[in-house]
Amino acid sequence: MKALISPLNTFGRYLLLMGKVFSRPERFRMYWKQYIKEMGKLGIDSIGIVLMISFFIGAVICIQMKMNVSSPWMPRFSTGYTTREILLLEFSSSIMCLILAGKVGSNIASEIGTMRVTQQIDALEIMGVNSASFLILPKIAGLVTMIPVLVTFSMMAGFGGAYAICISGILTTEDLTYGLQHSFKAWFVWMGYIKSFFFAFIIASVSAFYGYTVEGGSVEVGKASTDSVVHCSMLILFADIFLTQILS
Amino acid sequence: MIEIHTLHKTFADREVLKGITASFPAGQTNLIIGQSGSGKTVLMKCIVGLLNPTEGEILYDGRDFVTMNKKERALLRREMGMIFQSAALFDSMSVLENVMFPLDMFSSMTLRERTKRAQQCLDRVNLIDAQSKFPDELSGGMQKRVAIARAIALNPKYLFCDEPNSGLDPKTSLVIDALIHDITVEYQMTTIMNTHDMNSVMGIGDSIIFIKEGRQEWTGDKSQVATADNQALTDFIFASDLLKKARQAFV
Repeated sequence: MKALISPLNTFGRYLLLMGKVFSRPERFRMYWKQYIKEMGKLGIDSIGIVLMISFFIGAVICIQMKMNVSSPWMPRFSTGYTTREILLLEFSSSIMCLILAGKVGSNIASEIGTMRVTQQIDALEIMGVNSASFLILPKIAGLVTMIPVLVTFSMMAGFGGAYAICISGILTTEDLTYGLQHSFKAWFVWMGYIKSFFFAFIIASVSAFYGYTVEGGSVEVGKASTDSVVHCSMLILFADIFLTQILS
Repeated sequence: MIEIHTLHKTFADREVLKGITASFPAGQTNLIIGQSGSGKTVLMKCIVGLLNPTEGEILYDGRDFVTMNKKERALLRREMGMIFQSAALFDSMSVLENVMFPLDMFSSMTLRERTKRAQQCLDRVNLIDAQSKFPDELSGGMQKRVAIARAIALNPKYLFCDEPNSGLDPKTSLVIDALIHDITVEYQMTTIMNTHDMNSVMGIGDSIIFIKEGRQEWTGDKSQVATADNQALTDFIFASDLLKKARQAFV
């Protein structure tokens, strides 16, 4: 029974916090300033890691497809075709968000958690600031705004990685280009964007929840950071199943 | 003036505050003293609204804080300033931005006016030269002074200090005490300060409440401390042999 009540209790506290987060800002100008700052911190600062991982994964997917899926019975463009489908449908949205849950999620949880244990959140509350809204809303809005940019960069870098493999000569640029263009459905790109909006919300809000509700000291902040990554990853995977079924 | 009437606070089955009644007049430094675990931090948190009391009244110039709705509380909080034990400055902001924060959030001043006001406050605590530094570049005493500047930026009516001398050397503690006392008198604020520091008690204790095990054990001022006929207070204030001898000599 306790195993059932504990997650329900956590979910209830998460909903209550979200109620506080989505309330009218006291001073829009200050929230806007925070929003711009968060877009830079959570989005722009993540472009590097997104580009690097996507480039190499794009290259590896391409090699794997060429080495393991190709056969005389398969058309030459199948490598490019499957690489594109994997990148657009799963990697650049879901897997990239799982990676971001580690980078951005732990950053959010530890930042807010440290503010909690050093009484900075209490200071905001004493001033009459809705601390939950002031700290969390710009992070959610910032990440949700920047996620399509990150997904686009991921797709581009993934394709770039696949093209880089052509230098080695295992695949021709023409075959890859033909495969990437073959039976292209623009909806798959939109699907990636739509899924990533949900994942971005999960990453920002769940991590912020774990950071905001920290009690104790540095050990608890570390635990909150780990918990946020674990729970974000699980929720992204669950959400991916439902969103894929709904959107396919 | 802040008044509290029969304030109780219970956590699960443990009663931490047991019916405390006190009044804290404006224009003087009101100290809450007591051993660690006596309930003074809980009392302070109840007064500022970070905890809700189980029972009792907290009156800010006659306005009951406990029964106020969310909006009324938010408005009243704009009349409060607080200095935390850890200074609680915002790490990501410079000293000037920290002091400007309450002004940015709640005042209708122009940017130039806000900057000028923040610089005035920093000047008041002798830290105008540190305005572009970040909190981690400052010493503990300087951080506390920035916290004081931030707390007074909006001209609060009520100032709360939670062990402001914690972690500071005796000389710097005296500077912080003097600053808090001077500002209290200058702005005619109602100041409540939690402290363990006996220098603060003897130096700026215009009004003192001694709490023991959640009960109000003694009230008075700094001139009455040495001669107080209360064994618990005497044991707490004059804990060391040296201080006991000094008291005997004084009495």
